[in-house]
Amino acid sequence: MYRQTPYAPSPLRSFAEWLDTHAWSTALHESLWMYPLVNSTHVLTVTLFVGLLLMVDLRLLGVAFKETPVSELTSRLLPWSVAGFVVMCASGLLLFYAIPLRTTHSVWFRVKVVLLCVGAINAWFFHRRVSKDRDRWDSQPKPPVGVRFTAAISLLTWTGVIVMGRMIAYNWFDCDRAQSAFIVWAAGCATQVAELSP
Amino acid sequence: MTWCEMFGWLPLYDSLEQTWLGSTVRESLWLMPAIWAVHLVGLAAIGGSILVVDMRLLGAGLVRLSPAQVAANAKPWFLASLALMLVTGVLLFLTEAVKCCFNNSFEVKITALILGIAFTFAVRNRVAARDDAPAWLMKGVAALSLATWFTVAAAGRWIGFSG
Repeated sequence: MYRQTPYAPSPLRSFAEWLDTHAWSTALHESLWMYPLVNSTHVLTVTLFVGLLLMVDLRLLGVAFKETPVSELTSRLLPWSVAGFVVMCASGLLLFYAIPLRTTHSVWFRVKVVLLCVGAINAWFFHRRVSKDRDRWDSQPKPPVGVRFTAAISLLTWTGVIVMGRMIAYNWFDCDRAQSAFIVWAAGCATQVAELSP
Repeated sequence: MTWCEMFGWLPLYDSLEQTWLGSTVRESLWLMPAIWAVHLVGLAAIGGSILVVDMRLLGAGLVRLSPAQVAANAKPWFLASLALMLVTGVLLFLTEAVKCCFNNSFEVKITALILGIAFTFAVRNRVAARDDAPAWLMKGVAALSLATWFTVAAAGRWIGFSG
């Protein structure tokens, strides 16, 4: 008896399979109220995280709050944005926990995680390096080009994260459909038909 | 029972779904996800531009600025993201208008949206623009604004769950 096993073995794959054995994972996925509530929390908190970060980035780009020092926006708004980020991470982990196998092999999800890392490195770079001489440009209506560059990278990566998150819903590149060699590699699909014991 | 069912709007919704725009978007592989993506990025932007003003009215966030200053800076971004949300929202509605006819969340969302837009322009923006408004008024207006816009977003997400 033959059947296509859509996923190639890997440590990541084993981890997802282990999560999938959890009774709570299945319960969350199938629950009438909890899954929609966690999902809604994840979607709505984007207003707090990215929405307020947008206000800070617009100031860094020199297109909004131009008369206000940059430090005023970062110190007053970023704590709220970070709180939103924490809620998004917690609810996002729960969403992953509910559907571990398909999500692990979603190319959209994989690109989303890469973009999350880019966003995190960019934020670290901004706070550790770019902000070192902030006193010099704190009150400038239009900060120096390096500052504006990190703000633009921030907006682009977080926009990308939102778009990729939405795209996970589409099954175009799922492993149980015929895929190109590139998608098979990128999603970690199996390339061979495996033999199952009868 | 939705208003659409009660008042027999189904033929109207059905003809909207049959329009060229509705069927073009629905039958396109890429347009649907693209419009969805813009709608969600717009959610972040409109949320931020609403939150920053209502937070200030509640005494949080940019407290060193006057409510009028915060509102003036947020306004162009609120208007731009509202326009983006309305355009993409109408397109999404046209692709599945018949489903929306039987969807309570859709009607809750649209009702809250109309109330939200009216309240924002008629009351909330005016209170924010005058810096001498009493604290109780600022806080009450901000709480109502947040509650209304939260309903728009939450009921919007719920349309898909209450299919």
